Amino acid sequence: MESERQRPLVQMLGITKSFASVRANRGIDFDVFAGEVHTLLGENGAGKSTLMNILNGLYQPDAGSIRVKGRECRFSSPREAIAAGIGMVHQHFMLVPVLTVWENLVMGLPGLKAVLPKRDVIRKIGELSDRYGLDVEPEAQVWQLSVGEQQRVEILKMLYRNAEVLVLDEPTSVLTPQEVRRLFDTIRQMTAEGHGVVFISHKLDEVMEISDRITILRSGEVVETLPGRMATREMLAEKMVGRKIVFAVDKAVLNPGDTVLEAEGICALNDRGLPAIRNLSLSIREGEILGIAGIAGNGQKELCEALTGLRPIHFGRVLLRGKDMTGRKPMDFLQAGVSYIPADRKGTGLVGAMNLRENFALKNFWRKPYARGPFLSWESIAGETGRIVERFGVSAPGLGIPVRNLSGGNQQRLMLGRELSGTPDLIVAMQPTWGLDVGATEFVRDQLLRQRERGAAVLLVSEDLEEVLALSDRLAVIHKGEIMGMVEDPRSASEEELGLMMAGIRREPAIEGEKAR
Amino acid sequence: MEILVPILSAAIRSGTPILYATLGEILTEKAGVLNLGLEGLMLLGAFSGFTVTMVTGNPWVGLAAAFCVGMAVSALHAFLCVTMGANQVVSGLAITMFGTGMSALLGKAYVGETIRGLGILPVPLLAKIPLLGPVLFNHDPLVYLSYVLVGLACWFISSTRWGLTLRAVGENPRAVDAAGLSVVRLRYAYTMVGGGLAALGGAYLSVVYTQMWVEMMTAGRGWIAVALVIFGIWNPLRAALGSYLFGGVGALQLRIQAAGTTIPAPLLLMLPYILTIVVLVGISVRKGKGILLGAPAALGQPFHREERD
Ligand SMILES: Nc1ncnc2c1ncn2[C@@H]1O[C@H](COP(=O)(O)OP(=O)(O)OP(=O)(O)O)[C@@H](O)[C@H]1O
Ligand SMILES: [Mg+2]
Repeated sequence: MESERQRPLVQMLGITKSFASVRANRGIDFDVFAGEVHTLLGENGAGKSTLMNILNGLYQPDAGSIRVKGRECRFSSPREAIAAGIGMVHQHFMLVPVLTVWENLVMGLPGLKAVLPKRDVIRKIGELSDRYGLDVEPEAQVWQLSVGEQQRVEILKMLYRNAEVLVLDEPTSVLTPQEVRRLFDTIRQMTAEGHGVVFISHKLDEVMEISDRITILRSGEVVETLPGRMATREMLAEKMVGRKIVFAVDKAVLNPGDTVLEAEGICALNDRGLPAIRNLSLSIREGEILGIAGIAGNGQKELCEALTGLRPIHFGRVLLRGKDMTGRKPMDFLQAGVSYIPADRKGTGLVGAMNLRENFALKNFWRKPYARGPFLSWESIAGETGRIVERFGVSAPGLGIPVRNLSGGNQQRLMLGRELSGTPDLIVAMQPTWGLDVGATEFVRDQLLRQRERGAAVLLVSEDLEEVLALSDRLAVIHKGEIMGMVEDPRSASEEELGLMMAGIRREPAIEGEKAR
Repeated sequence: MEILVPILSAAIRSGTPILYATLGEILTEKAGVLNLGLEGLMLLGAFSGFTVTMVTGNPWVGLAAAFCVGMAVSALHAFLCVTMGANQVVSGLAITMFGTGMSALLGKAYVGETIRGLGILPVPLLAKIPLLGPVLFNHDPLVYLSYVLVGLACWFISSTRWGLTLRAVGENPRAVDAAGLSVVRLRYAYTMVGGGLAALGGAYLSVVYTQMWVEMMTAGRGWIAVALVIFGIWNPLRAALGSYLFGGVGALQLRIQAAGTTIPAPLLLMLPYILTIVVLVGISVRKGKGILLGAPAALGQPFHREERD
């Protein structure tokens, strides 16, 4: 029994993996013991997901070995990894949207009965849900679930397969603060029962709260492994990035100028044709950041799209510098100097199969010097793309590779670079620091503040309350497509009050204030 | 009522070859592979079914041979699309051209020959039911086999573990891979079975329906099957209804011709194809989100494990 405790559940030795010219992992040693949370920390592209994909059998290492409870293993597929007790919840979920929760859970399960034993499965899901606090409706189809619920399905899927080691790749970046609390309770319950957990996150507070040990990666190599309780924010950030990070946002005091954007009582529908934005009004002036806080799925995406011409507006008007833009095409908005940073960088933001240059050209093909008559000037496109890559620190082996091969964080940097490199009049940014490491987050916030100082109007939509509070000059809380209240001085707002508005309780006086403006 | 019986019965018979091909394509597409080679596979099936029946004198051997030829040729499609990651539309069109040309070339010598194919075999008792009996149960065995296959396919897809993985691999192959199943093996299997069924549909035309071989005898039925998959929203039962509808229109126009009308025959011959276009337009117009209409989300996309998307 004693030796069981001292022997790691999983041990990875000298793992090396390259993709073409990128050396994603170089000689990494990593282990997990029963009952512990071992965190992997590192910048975007440091090689965290790659290492865990190797442990999961999805990628084959070029060199190195894996031991499970002391026994040497080679995983040529995820099935072999899960049979050895290793389960992974990926950064991008591996669920089938049109199948129900229980169908997703048993899909591909070895030894499953020929005719699907629905009732047994649902009962077992119930047991697991109760034990680990992972409640979901087993008969719901996955596309109907919120992201947090989908994540619970992924975790259940691994527990259902008796995973002893559970790898969670950036599980919290898609969750609301309440959901993060629930996830942590689940993780604690799992370690108490002897599971080992590998946790990946860019949020240092979370890392310090949940980790027993922390391993820091930089450029595919292990920098250090240290006990969680000894860590501080500053120290972790410095080890990860290799320089000191300033956490405080340094915001200049500005007097906002002319009104850039005005939305008057707009209404818009969501993709399913249901009302998503109801009679919403707001305005932003030059040199001002208007923050929009709210729980995911309360119309944020639809609002951003309505304000950038991507979604039809059914009632109300959108004015840009006093000019009525209602019903105009996205191109008109683009030409009027509107930049849009969407939350789904893989869908609306970038085209995965296109290379860096082409992705830059997608939003700039219409203007000089990138367009020369009916032709594109690839020279100037390549030149500007190169400058963006440099200035925004996109780590990529070349401008000619498809962007899907970049790590998530690097895709985000490229998109931000494209949207912020010009002199936009209005920037609509949705979750701009989603999935970014601390260094990159600092950089993006800095860029947004610089645009503000330059005189741009910024609409910052984020579920990260801390972020909107730190950056915004004014703050609105959105709930079910309506603004619940406007906070004129975000730094003085109490979290409790904001929490109430996020839950749908209106703050009347602020509405009056907004009307009077 | 009575006058409808021959038309409905003919609808079933002429719908059956299309039904086999449609069923096959549903399985293939559910696995995420688009096979536009149906027309070519049907022709190869019609030809090989006919010749093997002629040589062996046994229609069942001929039908089995056609099924095997369909499997072999669609294995080529799977190799190109699944293993090599080639464009599925191009590969499918190539299969159609290959099948059309090959069956015409090899079949030259057999034009005009006849065989003793499968005959009518009324189902005891059931065939006696008024109206329903003569319409549904006064046919050849392959029609009955298609009834069984439709029911089996519905049950297989919705209620068995293999059906579950079939649905999943066409929706999100990454999830299937992560669950530890071989996407490649699944896609090969269903592409081959689907191709076999399409060829069997073709063989029905030569071995059962006409009992002779005519160049290009499928006359676009393979393409109608491709359209019917969409019409049937990837559901075998709806696909069967669609097939019989098209079979019925075909049978009806024959009857109208036979009755002697002033409508030019080519116009009547066009009816089933015009109906195809109308149906496709109708479906596309009321199309909302793909997720609700049942098109497999990963249809037509090759899968590579180490490539991100
Ligand atoms: N399938 C692939 N093909 C080509 N390059 C890849 C592939 N997967 C990863 N890489 C490269 O390997 C490096 C490490 O990527 P990885 O996804 O492991 O980073 P990460 O630490 O998880 O970053 P993030 O925090 O952004 O998720 C990156 O430079 C990335 O571009
Ligand atoms: Mg990652």
